[in-house]
Amino acid sequence: MATDLTHLPAVHTDVHPIFGKLTWQSIPIHEPVLVGTFIGVAIIASVVLYLLTKYKWWGYLWSEWFTSIDHKKIGIMYMVLGFIMFVRGFADALLMRSQQALASMGYEGYLIPHHYDQIFSAHGVIMIFFAAMPFVTGFMNYVMPLQIGARDVAFPFLNNLSFWLTVSGAVLVMISLFVGEFSTNGWLAYPPLSGLEYSPSVGMDYYLWALNIAGIGTTLSGINLVVTIVKMRCPGMTWMRMPIFTWTTLCTNILIVASFPVLAATLALITADRYIGTQFFNTELGGNPMMYVNLIWIWGHPEVYILILPIFGIFSEVVSTYSGKRLFGYTSMVYATCVIMVLSYLVWLHHFFTMGAGASVNSFFGITTMIISIPTGAKLFNWLFTMYKGRIRFELPMMWTIAFMLTFTIGGMTGVLLAVPPADYVLHNSLFLVAHFHNVIIGGVVFGVFAGVTHWFPKAFGFKLDPYWGHLSFWGWIIGFYLAFMPLYLLGLMGVTRRLSQFEDTIYAAYFITAAIGALFIAGGIASFFIQLYVSIRDRDSERLRDDTGDPWDGRTLEWSTSSPPPYYNFAFTPRVHGIDTYAEMKRHGYQRPTDGFAPIHMPRYTASGVVIAGLLTVMGFGLIWHIWWMAAFGFVTAILWAIGHTFNYNRDYYVPAEEVRAIETARGPRMEPAE
Amino acid sequence: MSAPTHQDDAAHGSYKSYLTGFALSVVLTVIPFWLVMSEADIGLGWALAVIFGLGAVQIIVHVHYFLHVTGTAEHGWQAMSMIFTAILLVIVLSGSIWVMFHLEENMMPAHEQIERVRNLP
Amino acid sequence: MSTATPSATDMPEYHVIETPHHDGEEHPHETGTMLGFWIYLMSDCLIFGVLFAVYAVVGQNYAAGPSPADLFEIDMILLSTFMLLFSSITYGFAVINMQQRNTAMFYLWMVVTLGFGLAFLGLEVKEFTHLWHIGATPSTSAFLSAFFTLVGTHGLHVTFGSIWLVVLLIQVGLHGLTAENQRRVMCLSLFWHFLDLIWIGVFSFVYLAGVLQ
Repeated sequence: MATDLTHLPAVHTDVHPIFGKLTWQSIPIHEPVLVGTFIGVAIIASVVLYLLTKYKWWGYLWSEWFTSIDHKKIGIMYMVLGFIMFVRGFADALLMRSQQALASMGYEGYLIPHHYDQIFSAHGVIMIFFAAMPFVTGFMNYVMPLQIGARDVAFPFLNNLSFWLTVSGAVLVMISLFVGEFSTNGWLAYPPLSGLEYSPSVGMDYYLWALNIAGIGTTLSGINLVVTIVKMRCPGMTWMRMPIFTWTTLCTNILIVASFPVLAATLALITADRYIGTQFFNTELGGNPMMYVNLIWIWGHPEVYILILPIFGIFSEVVSTYSGKRLFGYTSMVYATCVIMVLSYLVWLHHFFTMGAGASVNSFFGITTMIISIPTGAKLFNWLFTMYKGRIRFELPMMWTIAFMLTFTIGGMTGVLLAVPPADYVLHNSLFLVAHFHNVIIGGVVFGVFAGVTHWFPKAFGFKLDPYWGHLSFWGWIIGFYLAFMPLYLLGLMGVTRRLSQFEDTIYAAYFITAAIGALFIAGGIASFFIQLYVSIRDRDSERLRDDTGDPWDGRTLEWSTSSPPPYYNFAFTPRVHGIDTYAEMKRHGYQRPTDGFAPIHMPRYTASGVVIAGLLTVMGFGLIWHIWWMAAFGFVTAILWAIGHTFNYNRDYYVPAEEVRAIETARGPRMEPAE
Repeated sequence: MSAPTHQDDAAHGSYKSYLTGFALSVVLTVIPFWLVMSEADIGLGWALAVIFGLGAVQIIVHVHYFLHVTGTAEHGWQAMSMIFTAILLVIVLSGSIWVMFHLEENMMPAHEQIERVRNLP
Repeated sequence: MSTATPSATDMPEYHVIETPHHDGEEHPHETGTMLGFWIYLMSDCLIFGVLFAVYAVVGQNYAAGPSPADLFEIDMILLSTFMLLFSSITYGFAVINMQQRNTAMFYLWMVVTLGFGLAFLGLEVKEFTHLWHIGATPSTSAFLSAFFTLVGTHGLHVTFGSIWLVVLLIQVGLHGLTAENQRRVMCLSLFWHFLDLIWIGVFSFVYLAGVLQ
């Protein structure tokens, strides 16, 4: 067993005034896996940089994307960030699956435990914070303002800043790959393991500052989108006429605003324990590490609903569109969403039933957990009844939705099983749990992301995604998911605990090998998705993919009423709404986009402040991680000064002249009938 | 949906209302401080009840006279979000206390026991 | 409505006919500022909620170190409380003067507010340095960690509010009491009064209840 830790960066008690804890030993040149990764990343990065420079795209990227405060571009950038980090997180997953398969056959494998610990920690952190969160935030950013007939979000600059703060966190996590190391404490980093005594290295500090900085961005984005929905709905869009996706966006962002401060405070406490020697989680001087577990799950449980609620919204839109019907039980769907929003705040203890609270506490939280499955079940029936007697078109988004309904139901039922405290005593910390949450997160969030991407891609870019490669991706994921995670349920029932890199016993080999094969199928699914992107971009002008109507799927909500891709002002005329599924109604009345009578449109200006502030905070984070105090102080002070300087800029908006609107709208023309 | 009467939302408060709020909060501040500083003997339970009760009243006074939260401002969203936050605060505070003290009951020698030993004559 | 519609007779109006004079002062992306700031305050309130919860759970774990009765000087806390109360009412007066377009008095009351805020901060620094000198630091016990974090976070907010106040005075000096600056004054007003609410919780729960036990 590899317990030799001498290769690890030594713990420096003396901090260099200029370089802090950073030394040449911090660069992991002795890890073949990492060196290989680094070479690969360096090659790809230099190719990208070369292409960007050769085609002179830097200026374009900077002025049209990085500094953009257009909610659509920010939404797309969130999706790009999500996919980049998703690939990184999935690479970690492949490493783990292969290592466990090797270890279960009696080999030592190629990952020492210390490295393996970093990989599962990084996998969890990246997938939740830097893949799933950007995905849902990206969808909410892109789609919601279009659905409510708005021209942007309430605070466009803040939106840009939120995005770059998320990037800042992601960048810190990525830096940890090649400079120093990452946390070894799992995705929630419980003390005392994550305290200074047991985790003296910079890994835990990377974790803390990445999440601290990204968390600020998420909270700001939550405030922004709530205000957007409350304040910027177009005339006639009353609460009960909002599309379901907008409803779920509202509830999600209320949850974000209500729970991310708890995360910020909790992480601040453990940061204080590590940096200034407070005793919150140190039992020797009266602290209580269980308080950390309690607090982090007060955030953590709402967080899983933050991930899944907007995805429920996506599925609702997809089911109704491809069944050609109004959503069944719209009102009950709204109430179910709101009930989930409130209940999600009352179940957190089911994540630590085994910690030792008494029977009354455990049964209270067990029961609330079981209750929360009721509104979720109601939603499932609503989707089924929407499909009932509908004219279902089995386009890819619909297939993802059906796969979701089947898979998520299994995941939901194992969840109810885990909600029973006595059963949880048997199953907690086992691979059964791992299988359960992957079942709901892959079967829910990931399938929903692919459904949403396929559904809204033509809106964002004006051409559809190639269905052939889409189908391959779909089947790769479905087969891969079941192969990879059903064995884990069985292993969990047999008592295999999570986060193990070595096994004494070889009787589990068949299960782990099956799971590894499943991971390969998923890899095929992911590869097919990227090939699908490539093929679709290559053939974007072909008859079968191109969409000039702005409405390729016979959509029902306002985003389909404008052209694809929408002009930066979204709507030349602010829409007026008379009912649910307003665009379906407009089409029934033969509505065409107006071609004259344009008026100047009031729009916000682009600004570089978001990139700069987030960049400076990244510098601050790096300085704090490595105890390079001058760098941390520099980053913090300049970021604050820049933010204050930004408030001195009063010239933040302008009017698009009517002539420019006319020119853009004429080029796009009125809506044409969708090609049947 | 935007509020055309936005300026009205901002235009509230007069010298009279600020002074009323100030006077009330002075009274509500002085009573609990006096209670503690004079070491009046009304029992720990009652003293805590007075401190927290008057604190809660003072919070409401501030919300009304200084923050000007009304049921109609921002179409009710201001009051609604405040009530929602209050509910969450109750959940976080009471939930954490309930959970954590329940945990401690099942734990090793508790703090009180240690204190009891420390205070032995 | 001059759009080319085939059945214009029975079709409801599906878009707003915009005129160039339509949105003179109503800037579509700015009307949400007050609500947005309010929601930020609510989220901040939850941060304090967590810190209070931590204090409630570990606040009596003195780890054989000093307890509140050994440390707190209630008369100084009463003085701090009055500094904050005074600063609140003077901020209120500043707002009233702003609405009456009385710029000079607005400045005066704002500066007075700043003075009270700084006095509060001064008292807090004095208290903290005193505690530090007698060896009661955040690393002494969980109680003191929770105490310094809760009270210090409130103090940081007051510090930030004071910096904001100075910046705002400069901006009003540069641009006058424009609609945008008035909105900023109102946001800071919410922030300033919100800090009072937190302080009521702090002096009741930490100081008064702490000394009693």
